[in-house]
Amino acid sequence: MSTHDLEDMGCGTSSATQDRQPEKVLKAALVIQNWYRGYSARLKARQRYALTIFQSIEYADEQGQLQVCFASSSLLLVKCFSSLLIIEKMNVRVRFKLRNLEIVARLFGSTSQDNRDRQECVTLIEVPNSYNGPRLQFPLTFTDIDLLVEAFKQQQILHARYVLEVLFETKKVLKQMPNFTHINTSPSKEITICGDLHGKLDDLFLIFYKNGLPSESNSYVFNGDFVDRGRNSIEILMILFVSFLVYPNDLHLNRGNHEDFMMNLRYEENQEVLFSYLQIHGKKILQILEDVYTWLPIGTIIDNEILVIHGGISESTDLNLLHRIERHKMKSVLMPPVPLDGGHDTKSKKHKINATVMPWEVTSSSSLSEQLTKHEWEQIIDILWSDPRGKRGCYPNTSRGGGCYFGPDITSKVLNRFQLKMLIRSHECKPEGYEICHDGKVVTVFSASNYYEEGSNRGAYIKLSSDTNPRFYQYQVTRTTCLRPLYQRVNAIESSAIRILRERIISRKTDLINAFHLQDRTKSGKVSMSQWAFSMENILGLNLPWRSLSSHLVTTDTNGNINYMSSFQDIHIQKPVKEAQSTLIETLYRYRSDLQIIFNVIDSDHSGLISMEEFRSMWKLFNRHYNIHIDDVQVDDLAERMDLNKDGSIDFNEFLKAFYVVHKLDKLNKSESSLA
Amino acid sequence: EILVPEFHKKIKEAFEVFDHEANNTVDVREIGTIVRSLGCCPSEGELHDLIAEVEEEEPTGYIRFEKFLPVMTEVLLERRYRPIPEDVLLRAFEVLDPFKRGFLSKEELIKYMTEEGEPFSQEEMEEMLSAAIDPESNSIHYKDYITMMVIDE
Repeated sequence: MSTHDLEDMGCGTSSATQDRQPEKVLKAALVIQNWYRGYSARLKARQRYALTIFQSIEYADEQGQLQVCFASSSLLLVKCFSSLLIIEKMNVRVRFKLRNLEIVARLFGSTSQDNRDRQECVTLIEVPNSYNGPRLQFPLTFTDIDLLVEAFKQQQILHARYVLEVLFETKKVLKQMPNFTHINTSPSKEITICGDLHGKLDDLFLIFYKNGLPSESNSYVFNGDFVDRGRNSIEILMILFVSFLVYPNDLHLNRGNHEDFMMNLRYEENQEVLFSYLQIHGKKILQILEDVYTWLPIGTIIDNEILVIHGGISESTDLNLLHRIERHKMKSVLMPPVPLDGGHDTKSKKHKINATVMPWEVTSSSSLSEQLTKHEWEQIIDILWSDPRGKRGCYPNTSRGGGCYFGPDITSKVLNRFQLKMLIRSHECKPEGYEICHDGKVVTVFSASNYYEEGSNRGAYIKLSSDTNPRFYQYQVTRTTCLRPLYQRVNAIESSAIRILRERIISRKTDLINAFHLQDRTKSGKVSMSQWAFSMENILGLNLPWRSLSSHLVTTDTNGNINYMSSFQDIHIQKPVKEAQSTLIETLYRYRSDLQIIFNVIDSDHSGLISMEEFRSMWKLFNRHYNIHIDDVQVDDLAERMDLNKDGSIDFNEFLKAFYVVHKLDKLNKSESSLA
Repeated sequence: EILVPEFHKKIKEAFEVFDHEANNTVDVREIGTIVRSLGCCPSEGELHDLIAEVEEEEPTGYIRFEKFLPVMTEVLLERRYRPIPEDVLLRAFEVLDPFKRGFLSKEELIKYMTEEGEPFSQEEMEEMLSAAIDPESNSIHYKDYITMMVIDE
């Protein structure tokens, strides 16, 4: 029976009795059901599109930041060694300020002097009587876990002194842990495995509420990525570390790719957090945290059968090697081992991560013993960064820029090689909070619900016990007590996704217009859908369903052709300085998150201020990596204008915030959604 | 003609969004969503037939793009499974509301949707109710409901 028969029902008046004929009722029901299913499916498709947008941009950003960080750290490496050469009064080609040596020393983990800054100094920090936050008692007990959870629920801040003490203690205990913790379940002892939390404290509270606080009878494994993106990274770390200190044999922490101080530098939330934990101590907290990260175990092995690691594996994953290496030498994914033999070995400079190869002559005082070998380093990168895929084989993870994609054959091979049955990993956001693939051999668990946006995904955790199959528990943190209808949730994540996509488009305006002009010789302002989709994908480097998204991004004429300039009409980047040229502004806007990283690296005291000279040399560093030619005069001009109080220093946060995208329609959208 | 390559790209885009493993297959349970996201409105019966056409001889639970593409292209070319016009939809609600009150009670809606035609699953019913029901009167004012849904699209 076709619902389209109903089109001949017409709109003539029928009597009530006529309408109650069973046949008509049946047809009417079919019409409504058919319509509703179509509508519901299109909602779900829009939800999927929004998630795809978020994910593509996130991975593209991660990859972009890997590139720039690698460049800046290798340039700084050059500076470090060159500065050492200056000190040793040898012939050098380039002169650097001594200041750079401090920056590098700060970056390269604790110097020997810092190592002597031990807990004695921390205990000298006084906690004033006026402090209303939680007070921890060392040695810690379960009451401290409770105390912290309750305090954080009331949004209290833990005093920096306690933060530091916890970090020092955690480092001490972690140092004694092996690279892989071996644990066993028993019929009466279950283990709960949680995935990425990413600073989302509400999710951690929800897990504890549903599943209980950690204890000797309630074991947990937290599989990395505790920090970044969410607002409560420090709170999560404190709860996890305190729980670990109280129950070191029952709370297991695995390192994720975000437990990496250079990754942390990227996120604005972290800057703000450090300021709230007292500026003076922020630097120290960062330093110790860097160390703690490096001492986090690589993974957990349960019942000698199940491997729990953050990212994944590669075909060359060697668990025996990974058991043996000195894991704390892996400081950051962005600081690969440096060749120390005069730089002749060009092959070893090419890593899986895309990077500009920097040839340099090196003689230095740092020894081989402080580094991993290249092979060891890559083994860890694979563990922290890889993703499973359906395609067989093992090939570079191009969307993240690090680690690899591994297929079901690789999973079988590696699991068999080490007599394991299953791999539990995290690292990827899944709409249902978990996902099973590779014939049940690989499970992804992700514990940050609403990761991209309210309503974007559920969180989940896994409970394992020796007799039964793994059980999955899902949840979603919602701001309102009753769940909003699907169409409202989809509208919310869709408009969020479209907004960030449009910001990305405006940041590439010049390149996009050039690409369109190449296709539109007659300068009609129009291109075909095909041409438009092709240019968007190419210039932005995002693999998205452009045709389906086009209605949100551009206007189309009656022939189906795209008015490509319509993308740029409701949005413009508001400039603080009218005379500055548009390319400079656009470039600054496009790379603003990258600039933030570089800025953070150079602003060694986290004061938010850099001197004029630092601003110029920072710009040079940036120029060199991206091969952009922006006039020195333009840079100077801008620098001078930004220095509003003319004291020779620039508040870079203000500088960055000055470049924001203005959506003309944004106010309209806001008032509509408040009616819904 | 000229339409076919564009349809191919459109279908490929829609398919890829649901191809989580990037191996040119999708779970058969997502086919309905994909077909509908391309603007078509098949009934459950029509969808069932379409799936039979694109499935492997020995169903694997996955549909391959190579099989899906030609079938879906035909669907688009023939303009099959056209969506329901708004006035037809309104008329359908009116059939179920013979005394022309302007609304259906929650119980009536549930009864019709879960007992007649191609019945809703419990999940589908709950989902529809969450958006359609006016909590104060526990009824659905279908004219307003339709207008709201149509604007949203």
